[in-house]
Amino acid sequence: MINKVVRDMAEAMAGVQDGSTVLVGGFGSVGQPDALIDGLIEHGAKELTVVANNAGAGRIGLARLLELRRVRKIICSYPRSAGSVVFEELFRNHEIELEVVPQGTLAERLRAAGAGIPAFFTPTGYGTLLAKGKQTAEFNGKPCVLELALKADVALVQAELADRWGNLTFRLSGRNFNPVMATAADLTIVQANRIVDLGGIPPETVVTPGIFVNRVIEVPVDGASVQEKAA
Amino acid sequence: MNDLSFQTMSRKQMAERLARDIPEGWYVNLGIGLPTLVADFVPQEREVIFHSENGLLGMGPAPTPEQADPWLINAGKQQVTLRPGGSFFHHADSFSIIRGGHLDLCVLGAFEVAQNGDIANWATSAADNAPAVGGAMDLSAGAKRLWVLMEHTTKDGQPKLVETCSYPLTALGAVSRIYTNLAVIEVTDRGFIVLEMVPGLTLEALQAQTGAKLHLPG
Repeated sequence: MINKVVRDMAEAMAGVQDGSTVLVGGFGSVGQPDALIDGLIEHGAKELTVVANNAGAGRIGLARLLELRRVRKIICSYPRSAGSVVFEELFRNHEIELEVVPQGTLAERLRAAGAGIPAFFTPTGYGTLLAKGKQTAEFNGKPCVLELALKADVALVQAELADRWGNLTFRLSGRNFNPVMATAADLTIVQANRIVDLGGIPPETVVTPGIFVNRVIEVPVDGASVQEKAA
Repeated sequence: MNDLSFQTMSRKQMAERLARDIPEGWYVNLGIGLPTLVADFVPQEREVIFHSENGLLGMGPAPTPEQADPWLINAGKQQVTLRPGGSFFHHADSFSIIRGGHLDLCVLGAFEVAQNGDIANWATSAADNAPAVGGAMDLSAGAKRLWVLMEHTTKDGQPKLVETCSYPLTALGAVSRIYTNLAVIEVTDRGFIVLEMVPGLTLEALQAQTGAKLHLPG
């Protein structure tokens, strides 16, 4: 019997190595797998490269992972946001390396990694600082930049429903980077608000098919943390 | 700006002016800040479908307290609503919409726009402390049309419509129209063409606040 549901957070994080590249789902705090980030902190892996749209806020979750100096490099489209105090301090003190990537290029580099495409050309960023040093070529009269797939060791994903095969759905705009990140890592770990029986998710509403998922842990989103997101 | 014979537009008036030019049926992405206001001036009965980078089509106005759901936000991370007919999709699909040329229009703010349509709106200097680009480069390069909504000059009166951008570029030759608190300006092969000015403003007075040559249509 295939059962991707793990018993506890230690089992969810088992084998995550120092020096790993870790994808963190979410857009701001919405759809961010906070419990898995806490699990990763507890697990202790360091020297990480983290890929996330934002660089965390306040001093919890992703920001706490940064504050504990577990992250060597962060790959982001929008690191500077309301409350990104920890990131900004580390960046000022040269304690973290930053790679800024246009948001769509970030999503596409992840998609490419998941789809087995090693690199692709895009007009986005051509002629800007973010294209510096990158190969360029013209297609149909449009100058383009070569971008590389962004393959990771681990993806941390937040889902609404999951079953023991790892099929997933997402809640409202909590979908964002989660499904594409789920495809782009060797080890995809999911925190789901609710785990349902096999068949409990109507097949035509599955957003991420279980083939992309390795481990699932149930972490109900309680009212308090929803309130926190609203704040 | 001491000339009292003309009245500059307020931010709301600027948004209202731009909104008038968005026809029914367009798919539109509005940037963070001033461009977001544009949605308030598109009447519900004119069906314009708003897109947000974080995976929404059919975005509606801010929620009432009863409607509010912290899981439903826009790219500016403000709570929003979804209109009937709206949909959710993941980030790679959302940027396929942007980068694949499916959006009819994107409206962004800017630090500077050059007479050849170059736009600078993401970083104020090459050595910017912690640069953050978000979706600006994708939107500029990918939407069918890019309109800029911004004040005509900086707070200290420096022109924002210029011959060549001095700030780091977001995209080359991307802007087709600019809506400011003073004028509506088309960006063409000839440079800046003035389509409209606020009542009482002369071309000379507008030129004095613009860093590149202005032309009249025709």
